[in-house]
Amino acid sequence: MSLFVDIEKRLQDFRLKIRFETEGGVLGILGASGCGKSMTLKCIAGIERPDRGRILLNGRTLFDSEKKIDLPPQKRKVGYLFQNYALFPNMTVQQNILCGMHKETDKAKRINELQKAIRLFRLDGLEKQRPCQLSGGQQQRTALARILVNRPQVLLLDEPFSALDSHLREKLQLELLERFSQDVVMVTHSRDEAYHMCQRTAVMDCGRLLSVKNTKALFADPGSVCACILTGCKNVTPARKTGEYEVEAPDWGIRLQTAQPVLDGVKAIGIRAHYFHVKANQNRYPVEYLGEMEEPFEWIVKFRWRNQSSDAPPLWWRVPKDRRPAEFPAQLGAAPVNVLLLYE
Amino acid sequence: MDWYPLFNSLRIAAASCILVFFLGILCAYYAARLPRMIKGVLDVALTLPMVLPPTVCGYFLLLAFGIKRPLGSFLARFGIQFVMTWYGGILAASAVAFPLMYRTARGAFETFDETLACAGQTLGLSNTCIFWRIRMPACRQGILAGTVLAFARALGEYGATSMLIGYTPGKTATISTTVYQLWRTNDEAGAFRWVLVNLAISIVVLLAVNLLERPQRTVKK
Repeated sequence: MSLFVDIEKRLQDFRLKIRFETEGGVLGILGASGCGKSMTLKCIAGIERPDRGRILLNGRTLFDSEKKIDLPPQKRKVGYLFQNYALFPNMTVQQNILCGMHKETDKAKRINELQKAIRLFRLDGLEKQRPCQLSGGQQQRTALARILVNRPQVLLLDEPFSALDSHLREKLQLELLERFSQDVVMVTHSRDEAYHMCQRTAVMDCGRLLSVKNTKALFADPGSVCACILTGCKNVTPARKTGEYEVEAPDWGIRLQTAQPVLDGVKAIGIRAHYFHVKANQNRYPVEYLGEMEEPFEWIVKFRWRNQSSDAPPLWWRVPKDRRPAEFPAQLGAAPVNVLLLYE
Repeated sequence: MDWYPLFNSLRIAAASCILVFFLGILCAYYAARLPRMIKGVLDVALTLPMVLPPTVCGYFLLLAFGIKRPLGSFLARFGIQFVMTWYGGILAASAVAFPLMYRTARGAFETFDETLACAGQTLGLSNTCIFWRIRMPACRQGILAGTVLAFARALGEYGATSMLIGYTPGKTATISTTVYQLWRTNDEAGAFRWVLVNLAISIVVLLAVNLLERPQRTVKK
């Protein structure tokens, strides 16, 4: 079971040029809005046509510009969960789900499948409701039921949780994972969603895939400025190599020790807001307090290094409420292992 | 009282309404997906009958279908003659009513959420099925409005009709041409009777539309 994609398409502002392969499980594509994520999914589903390239699904050719193959979406066996779920507004929940089974000619089988899907997705009692009468979570479950009764070979999820309230989001993320066995490609701009749901994550920027990595490895070592910011790092600054395990950050006016050897091409460094410590042994420098913002369980403290250049933006330090010092410390530091080296 | 004009008006309006319904939707559907430039040009051509005086439309129809014109004489060989026949009225009414159907249907299609059609495609539904079961019901209100407008316009058509088929009692007379003819011949009471008939039809049509729309609205909230 695998999906192979290698396509190019000219878009308005940039060129979409991507290549990846699924290896079972959930592959996340993490990117800012307008980077070509949704377009990628649409090309796979056959809604948009790439300029050139190939798309293979379980050995079947869905698209091949050289062999002039371009299967219509109806024949691709690709399930697509749209961002707004795209339920047919004039049909009931039951009719919507039956749309996914219109090829099944045996009526008894169809009814049987329908009832199974309704039970599986906890839609009992909602069969006769119309989409506009459902909550966001119910709409999502209906859309998934409709897709899964159609037995797709791969599932494409386009920002599946962005239309939901935040308290529903995490609950449904867990539920969603239990329900499918086929490969999934999920597009998202949320690092939390990617971290929760995807075994592997690819970072996308302006139509290019920067890296496809194990999700945890990606968060531990994003490798590029874009990936670093998309994975949620708030403190990124240009840097240059000054030693085998040392970089200088001119805008911050400090030098930092690193745990990994610094390669020649280093462009920037990042330090996540959680990783500053009052009692760090290394990389500790004088800081000045700028302001703070309260969150339910954390404080976000804005500060600057004493020698920081005036036009560099302030840094963020996230500190849990129970570990917040009574007074703002004179010095802050970060362990060398938490200094992320960025090469692109 | 001779009821022929009522019968004739109704069959002309009904026939042209059906014709315009399909033709308008077809044109609107394909026009909505054309590139902007071509769409603009086509739009002007297809909407022209709406802004031209109906008599000018009638003039153009006579140019095309007059029995001495190439197209008219060609059709006459098969016994089809639009001038001075009752079914010529269908042609005149359709020409004038078409833009109303076309424009309202196009407006409805343009507000249609294309992701619904894409979702249908990925679920394996055929394009014909998507059109009739998803696109049309979603655009129902606009299409219904267009149909009613087209029917009303066809029923009240005077200018192009009188140019093309004239007024022959018991043959090509419609309500609107009859009203004019009776008024012209000083039969004020006769004209008034037909005015009342016309009013009655219009009210019935409008009431029917309101009744048709209401149940769907409550479902949609």
